[in-house]
Amino acid sequence: MSVISATSVAYSPKRFKRQRRKQAFREFLTRFRNDRLAVAGLVVLLAFTVMALIAPWISPKGGLSAVESIDNPLWAKPSGDYPLGTDHLGRSVAAQFVWGSRVSLFVGLAATVLTVAIGSLVGISAGFLGKWTDAILMRFTDWFLVIPFLPLAIVLAAVLDRSVWNIVLVIGVTSWPGTARLIRAQVLTVKQRLYVDRARALGASRSHVIRRHILPNVAPLILANVTLAVPISILTETTLSFLGLGDPNKVSWGKTLEEAYNAGAITREAWWYYLPAGLGIVAVVLAFTLFGRALEEILDPRLREQGR
Amino acid sequence: MRARFVGSKVAGSLATLLFVLVVNFFLFRVVSDDPTAKLFRGRNLSPEQIQRKRQQFNLDGSKTEQFFAYLTQTLKGNLGDSFLSNRPVTTEIREALWPTIMLVGVSTILSMLIGIVFGIYAGWRRRSAFDVGSTTFSMFTYSVPDFWLGMILLAFLSVKLGWFPTGGFEDAGSTKSGLAALLDQLHHMFLPALTLTLAYIGEYMIVMRSSLLDTINEDYLQLARAKGLRDADVRRHHAVPNALLPVISLSALNFGYILSGAIAVEAIYSWPGIGQATIEAIRGPDFPMLQATFLLLSVSVIVANLLVDLLYGYLDPRVDGR
Repeated sequence: MSVISATSVAYSPKRFKRQRRKQAFREFLTRFRNDRLAVAGLVVLLAFTVMALIAPWISPKGGLSAVESIDNPLWAKPSGDYPLGTDHLGRSVAAQFVWGSRVSLFVGLAATVLTVAIGSLVGISAGFLGKWTDAILMRFTDWFLVIPFLPLAIVLAAVLDRSVWNIVLVIGVTSWPGTARLIRAQVLTVKQRLYVDRARALGASRSHVIRRHILPNVAPLILANVTLAVPISILTETTLSFLGLGDPNKVSWGKTLEEAYNAGAITREAWWYYLPAGLGIVAVVLAFTLFGRALEEILDPRLREQGR
Repeated sequence: MRARFVGSKVAGSLATLLFVLVVNFFLFRVVSDDPTAKLFRGRNLSPEQIQRKRQQFNLDGSKTEQFFAYLTQTLKGNLGDSFLSNRPVTTEIREALWPTIMLVGVSTILSMLIGIVFGIYAGWRRRSAFDVGSTTFSMFTYSVPDFWLGMILLAFLSVKLGWFPTGGFEDAGSTKSGLAALLDQLHHMFLPALTLTLAYIGEYMIVMRSSLLDTINEDYLQLARAKGLRDADVRRHHAVPNALLPVISLSALNFGYILSGAIAVEAIYSWPGIGQATIEAIRGPDFPMLQATFLLLSVSVIVANLLVDLLYGYLDPRVDGR
């Protein structure tokens, strides 16, 4: 924290605030740049995001259709024509990899947004309102924490129709409790700060305190939590798809692995069929974890001091 | 331990169990618009048979009546018949129970022991090559879907090198008995157990490591060092016993993870346990079976949590409020 120079006193409050934010952001950038692993993670993420976005231009969608691949060789090894070979139906594995990244990334992000939204809502309500609201919400959260999360996701997904949105819903509904607890704890500490008492004494309403004091102080934690929750969402999507609970009409990395396994790619030693999707998952999850950990370390002062 | 502490923990577990039952009830009988279809689909029943089934499962009363009927049926152990085999679900579950206990038991014990030992050495010599190496290892295993790890081990150690069978519980048509049968089963279990162990060593390692790092600056360790104890003695008798507490309290959570991981890993190795049964139930779909496996997995995790809570209360008397 650098000392704010005396000249800044002359600024209007708004300009002062903007100045302070700019400074905090610059400080954040310097810290982030020093963490090489986090920068590497960010680069990998950007590369995969670009690939997912330009999928229609680099890989025609026809490559995914078994009908349009009918003349292709089956189980072909990687070659100039098929950079990652073909599968048991003659479809290009490379096309599945490129298009699969779309669903995996989309579900990972969308499910995380839902998870963190539910978690933040529960966490902030419990922490800020306290008393019986807190007691009831935390009881509920504890129940969800104890129930094994994957089996719950499996029964939910099995009862609902198979679609990408339902997978997002299932992951969101089952994985919020950890976030809720974390955020509740942070709200409880912020709530006891002097500036909150001061705002209250000056007659601030509940919503004002939440918007202007609680939220800004909890936001960095929520952000770090988002980046750390994405890997879990992606891994869950992969597992659910592998178990046959994914959208039957959309390619995802998990679905590629399911099809590879069921088609006997392992006994045929068709490594080009099941390695790329798995490596893609590992790369994205690892990248998000590295990035998220760096973010958390920078944004959470308690971790910064420990210097682990 | 005080009776009140035990009582409150048991009551908490029972409340969680009740919650699981409510979830089950909601998912299979309220969310689905036509419970008969969910509960008896794929069995071409005649209208009379459907009528009889509806009566048997009390599907015509109000939702409250239905819930209490469901509750008593479940507590009596009547979970319905499997769609796929037509046999009572409880019979199916009982047959799948032992393989999963074996697999998850061995994997839990191994990953816990190895994880704790790795965590101790990593935390005690922070930033050493071992620490960096094992932390990186656990980051990787965290990022790898466990069933994909299983696929790779299967492709390499079984298909390519032929060291292990590709799946199953024992050799097909095996007539072995006694020790020979057990060895055969262990041979089949090696790869699934290796997969789960590798996948979950990291969870224990990270917790043990950071818990040890938390204690490393405590006064009692300074004192032990000041007394001139050997480094290994300080570690073994003063640092580790205290640092183990968080690991114990997280082990119930990890048990839930391993149990969940076993579902997909059992599928990879056609290991005939609860996971395999779950997959078959998903493919069916065989809803009574799915309900039962979910109930069983939840109950085991709830019981594991209760045991860990009680053990913690015993080991750390501060938590039971004395």
